[in-house]
Amino acid sequence: MKHLAFAAGLLGASAAFAETPELTVYTYDSFVSDWGPGPAVEKAFEAVCGCDLKLVGAGDGAALLARVKLEGERSDADVVLGLDTNLTAAAKQTGLFAEHAVSAEYALPVEWNDATFVPYDWGYFAFVHNADAAAPADFRALAASDKKIVIQDPRSSTPGLGLLMWVKAAYGDEAPEIWTGLSDNIVTVTKGWSEAYGMFLEGEADMVLSYTTSPAYHLIAEEDGSKSAAAFDEGHYMQVEVAGKLANTDQPELADQFLAFMVSDAFQSIIPTTNWMYPAVTPAAGLPEGFETLIAPEKSLLLSETEAAELRDAALGEWLDTLSQ
Amino acid sequence: MAGHAQPVSAFPGISAALLVVALILGTLGAVALRAEAGTGLGASDWAALRFTLAQASLSALLSVGLAVPVARALARRRFPGRALLIALLGAPFILPVIVAILGLLAVFGRAGWLSSFFGLLGLEPVQIYGLHGVVLAHVFFNLPLATRLILQGWQEIPAERFRLAAQLKAGPLAMWRLLEGPMLRRVAPGALAVVFAICLSSFAVALTLGGGPRATTIELAIYQAFRFDFDLGRAALLSGVQLLLTGAAALAALRVSAGEGFGAGLDRAVRRWDGQGAAARCLDAAWIALSAGFLLLPLAAIVLSGLPGLADLNSTVWRAAGNSILVAAISTVILLGLALPMAAATAAGRNSLTELSGILGLAASPLVIGTGLFILIYPVADPFALALPVTALVNAVMALPFAMRILVPRAREVLGRYGRLSLSLDMQGWAFVRRVYLPRMRAQTGFAAGLAAALSMGDLGVVALFADPDFATLPLQIYRLMGAYRMEAAAGAALLLLVLSMGAFWILDRGGRWHAEA
Repeated sequence: MKHLAFAAGLLGASAAFAETPELTVYTYDSFVSDWGPGPAVEKAFEAVCGCDLKLVGAGDGAALLARVKLEGERSDADVVLGLDTNLTAAAKQTGLFAEHAVSAEYALPVEWNDATFVPYDWGYFAFVHNADAAAPADFRALAASDKKIVIQDPRSSTPGLGLLMWVKAAYGDEAPEIWTGLSDNIVTVTKGWSEAYGMFLEGEADMVLSYTTSPAYHLIAEEDGSKSAAAFDEGHYMQVEVAGKLANTDQPELADQFLAFMVSDAFQSIIPTTNWMYPAVTPAAGLPEGFETLIAPEKSLLLSETEAAELRDAALGEWLDTLSQ
Repeated sequence: MAGHAQPVSAFPGISAALLVVALILGTLGAVALRAEAGTGLGASDWAALRFTLAQASLSALLSVGLAVPVARALARRRFPGRALLIALLGAPFILPVIVAILGLLAVFGRAGWLSSFFGLLGLEPVQIYGLHGVVLAHVFFNLPLATRLILQGWQEIPAERFRLAAQLKAGPLAMWRLLEGPMLRRVAPGALAVVFAICLSSFAVALTLGGGPRATTIELAIYQAFRFDFDLGRAALLSGVQLLLTGAAALAALRVSAGEGFGAGLDRAVRRWDGQGAAARCLDAAWIALSAGFLLLPLAAIVLSGLPGLADLNSTVWRAAGNSILVAAISTVILLGLALPMAAATAAGRNSLTELSGILGLAASPLVIGTGLFILIYPVADPFALALPVTALVNAVMALPFAMRILVPRAREVLGRYGRLSLSLDMQGWAFVRRVYLPRMRAQTGFAAGLAAALSMGDLGVVALFADPDFATLPLQIYRLMGAYRMEAAAGAALLLLVLSMGAFWILDRGGRWHAEA
């Protein structure tokens, strides 16, 4: 395919083709898939930037950071899109990211003033279940029920790590007790989100750890209203997805332009029905029809990036100890 | 057979082996060098080590234990569709883990066919999660491989031996003592070592069906060290532990599996005069039916769930499929270029170093190899541009252990029997390779090539690190589809992958055996 594109470039307006600046954005795999935001974002940005936007899928959020660390200062990437607040502390520590100058009217339920990273979407973790089944209203009720759940391993997946933080943010030192209660509800722990969600759809469990926005996919894309997310009284932990500019980019202006574009209407209106998350800035046309059916948690839980980084090892140790017994 | 002149030079094989060792140890070294001060192994790492060893031992014993009667039944019987069945039985081994697990769950899961059937009888649903679930899945994956390896052993007993045994009126017991027992002693330890090593480095299966943190394997510890801690030192250390374990297992297996073969026959089709009684027929039929049911039902589930999604497949999926085919083809060529000389060198030489280096591929973590290659390539070239050859090369090295297990016994046979004759005819080097070695290795070469192509087709490992926007392989595309909630399209793509893997395996394996066996 590459050769074809190359040949087409040579045969066509080769001079113009060669001079088009290229902006390289590293992101996670599902972002670049045909049904993800990637293709639409690329088209919309290229229409305004006079550049060639190259989206590179590199695993998921955690793998993305590892990739940037591996490449270090010589990375080809200009922008990294797809880290979350559980990873930003580690990302900043690398010293590879530059500050940004983007400001926007964020629709986030929390205050956002991070000098390095710009949020582009967010969501709440939640347990998704079949709408016709009653759902518990908090972790204690879930633990007391006979509901079977599938969760993801915090050592290999970002939602799994999010759940760890959720329990920690809601229960603090009581977290091990919650995990002890949950241990007989957990059918199994999977490597990543795809395995867990697939198992849930196969009927292996009553509930799966996913997002409050997951039912919107089924409703809007499949016209299937049979999935709901359970609203938990202790609040829902948030995942804020962010992007940042690399300090060693050879396209600093384009990178800035991309970050600003990212919080603009053109980009944000693509997010809800492709990435199935809430946009960081509400688009002028509002949220797509169907999103109003989603649960709106009363309380948003989010540990600051430093708290998350400090708590992670201890929380992981507790989780391992409790569930290994 | 060792210690005297051989018609082939061991040099190309030893060079290939050195290349493989350099790739595996070099990448490990590259990762270790990039690491900051290591932290050593913690308590959880030791727990992971214990669990890894326990499940791998159990899985290997059960897979090979069950493979013996299944292979024996397949060796003794001829029936319509036998070749197709043998090819189909190979399918579980080459499926991407997530696809295979969903297939297994459709049969053995909480809402699966078996549980529904039990529900009709008023019984509790089956409980698949836990150590037994892990072992069940590993047997599902590895029983086909073990069966094929052992079946190969049966087929390597020359037809003349069976004829002789039949003429001497050897009963089943004598047949076992004279022919089958010694063959198994030679073949089974190798199969055990291979399955053990495969299960050592498995982690998605262990995690998904293990039920929780108890089911932690070393590979998961490596994965975590990379992804969340970016602790290259710990990753390299754990990877070293994994290499040592597998190396030790492989050495032990090679020690016990050495021994004389059965000598050469005239390459006649094998006919069996034993096991024609009604009891033997029923027993064989039962083994074949049971194993076919166990292995084919989950595949049927994958086919059924994938059919509706086939309509959803778009050009990206087809392009990914094209990439997968290309990678598989290159990978297979590289594999044969490494394995055939290495098998010859192993057969010609006294030491088993070439053979051991072939096994190393099993123990190495693809994540560590991928990262190491990235570190090595990055300063001199664009890793994106090398995505295809690198993926093909690593897949070839990963398939090498299987190829060696398939090729080496036959290579020993060929060199042992035709070596002196060829030398006396002054047929050496390329002439020997072309006229004697390659033709006699054809069935095994086809099997090894088929396995390599199919394994490479289903591999997800390294490509993720090197993935280029225009370069997704089919397994990667399946994950991308799932990540975008397109479960139906993902199921369709999984079915396509199953068909491609099976097709590649069948064509190559069949091509190798064409004309060689009825």
